[in-house]
Amino acid sequence: MSPRRKRRSRGAIAAAFSRCGRRKRSAFIPFLVAGDPSLEATPDLLRALVAGGADVIELGVAFSDPIADGPTIQRGSHRALAAGSSLAAVLGIVERHREELGVPIVLFTYYNPVHARGVEAFAVQAAGSGVDGVLCVDLPPDEGLRELQPALEERGVDSIYLIAATSTRERIDRAAAASNGFVYYTARSDVTGEREDLIPTLAREVKRVRRRVRLPVAVGFGISTPHQVEEVAKVAHGVVVGSALVRLVEENAAEPDLAARLERRVGELTAPLRG
Amino acid sequence: MKVREPLSAAAMEPDEGGRYGVYGGRYAPETLMAPLEELSRAYDRLRRKRTFQRRLNHLLEHYVGRPTPLYFAERLTEHLGGARVYLKREDLLHTGAHKINNALGQVLLAKEMGKNRIIAETGAGQHGVATATAAALLGLDCVVYMGQEDMRRQRLNVYRMQLLGAEVAPVDAGSQTLKDAINEAFRDWVASFADTHYVLGTVTGPEPYPRMVRQFHSVIGAEARRQLRRLAGTPDPDVAVACVGGGSNAMGLFSAFLDRPDVLLVGVEAGGRGPELGDHAARFSGGTLGVLHGARTLVLQDEEGQVVGTHSVSAGLDYPAVGPEHVFLHAQGQIEFTSATDQEAIEGFHLLSATEGILPALESAHAIAEVRRRAPEMEPDQVILVNLSGRGDKDVESVLEYDAASGTPDGGAQ
Repeated sequence: MSPRRKRRSRGAIAAAFSRCGRRKRSAFIPFLVAGDPSLEATPDLLRALVAGGADVIELGVAFSDPIADGPTIQRGSHRALAAGSSLAAVLGIVERHREELGVPIVLFTYYNPVHARGVEAFAVQAAGSGVDGVLCVDLPPDEGLRELQPALEERGVDSIYLIAATSTRERIDRAAAASNGFVYYTARSDVTGEREDLIPTLAREVKRVRRRVRLPVAVGFGISTPHQVEEVAKVAHGVVVGSALVRLVEENAAEPDLAARLERRVGELTAPLRG
Repeated sequence: MKVREPLSAAAMEPDEGGRYGVYGGRYAPETLMAPLEELSRAYDRLRRKRTFQRRLNHLLEHYVGRPTPLYFAERLTEHLGGARVYLKREDLLHTGAHKINNALGQVLLAKEMGKNRIIAETGAGQHGVATATAAALLGLDCVVYMGQEDMRRQRLNVYRMQLLGAEVAPVDAGSQTLKDAINEAFRDWVASFADTHYVLGTVTGPEPYPRMVRQFHSVIGAEARRQLRRLAGTPDPDVAVACVGGGSNAMGLFSAFLDRPDVLLVGVEAGGRGPELGDHAARFSGGTLGVLHGARTLVLQDEEGQVVGTHSVSAGLDYPAVGPEHVFLHAQGQIEFTSATDQEAIEGFHLLSATEGILPALESAHAIAEVRRRAPEMEPDQVILVNLSGRGDKDVESVLEYDAASGTPDGGAQ
């Protein structure tokens, strides 16, 4: 732990989960790659996510070597990089739009862009631009607790860690102890991407995690239909949908009403949560 | 004469998190953390197990062809007019490069762990061929990921892998070279580790790969010391030279000399077309600290932390990061790094072919290029030891293309 004075998280993420909890429903957490298909389009797409019912937004930072992502998000990252996206650009978008959007934003990134910026500089800029939480895909708590989390914690930015189906009890405990806001359970041992069937054992697995974790548990990887959202919402505090939305952006990138189409799709996905 | 400060014994092994000082570590997605921990445990158990060691050593001797000769390159020495040049002939191993030392070790380990499927990445194709060979020998399924650009450059090796029963999976993402093949292999492993072992081919990647791959190759340096004592009257050369892509053949050679501060260790990177970012794979001159493929190390990247493309005439050196132990040892003043351009490597290829009748791999030709620069500056009683890490048959087409394009007489005559 950091020897520095520990500040409490600003709590927008925790507040979003509590609000959903009071309404007895799961939080909906959509994912998009910032800058896909263009940096100019991103603010409109984020507004569409909120209008469609997002409770928390996972904003992906494109990286040249996304080893944990399947083809859909790889292509999204590639489009974003080709359109000039970068960590600096993403922080700029958050700074300009976080307040207006009114929902917490979690940066979903690989560690190298953060490392290249310098963790202290990154933490200052992330906090300054209004980022609520950071999830580094390839920075497990083993490394993250030492090198990134203290800097984020000092500025009130939440650290969110992944728990996988393969995580041992020790690793679940470690991720749970380290995370603020929520933990992210990856429903499949696989790269990101849409799947036709959710694994039948999912409910049991999520319960295994929930027994050991006091924070809200969001479940992602492979969820793409309203029915799947409904199923996952029965056992999880939050439902993450990524590839299905990135694919929608891909297929409609040239359409003038891309944002409206995204909003409609998110509305369909959140319908089961509204009851 | 000491040319380096002695390295403390504690600095010779990584800590339990796989860190060499601030380098290395285990920067992997959570899904892979438990499999990596399992691999570390299995490796630590087996490397101490005598039956495993005996089996590996037996295969290395009778199947792979160890020990490899150490050869005094008399005509090359005469030609350069300086230090005596000794070649460690890893090019004579089964499958034609040092890569089989590690591939066989890891596939044997995988079999002991009960895995029935092997995956690997490959750049030049040598690691892919070595892994496909070991998998065939031990009866395991094998998939090798290879960038499409590399498949074009190394089409004979692609067919060799297929002949060995492996599936070669083309990777069309990014630069379509080694780094993209590694990305794809990791993606496969995230979903398949229950029955699959990922045979990473060099001293990069998350713990335990850097130390495990080094250990499987340390036989190179250990043999060379013994042979040098017999042949040159001293176990310690004045200079030891090896090319460095990820850096496995170099770590294999250098590991025997880390506690010998009178040996100058020189790693040779790919200088490519020149010093512009994107034109080479010289991490020690153009790289900055980053995190790629599971380790903190030097990476060729832009200011935003995006990994940039690399170029080398040799596919095996065409990689934007380098093994973390190399970076650590360089920071400790233990290894000197230099680079050779495409042109110098091609010239090294021709030089060794013409003077000694040995076609070196284009990777190893980078080490020969360094010998060509260095030997004439040294005294005739001094010794340069070079790791001739692979043979050049796979590169004949690339050399032909290069020579034809640059209009040199060697190529023009064909």
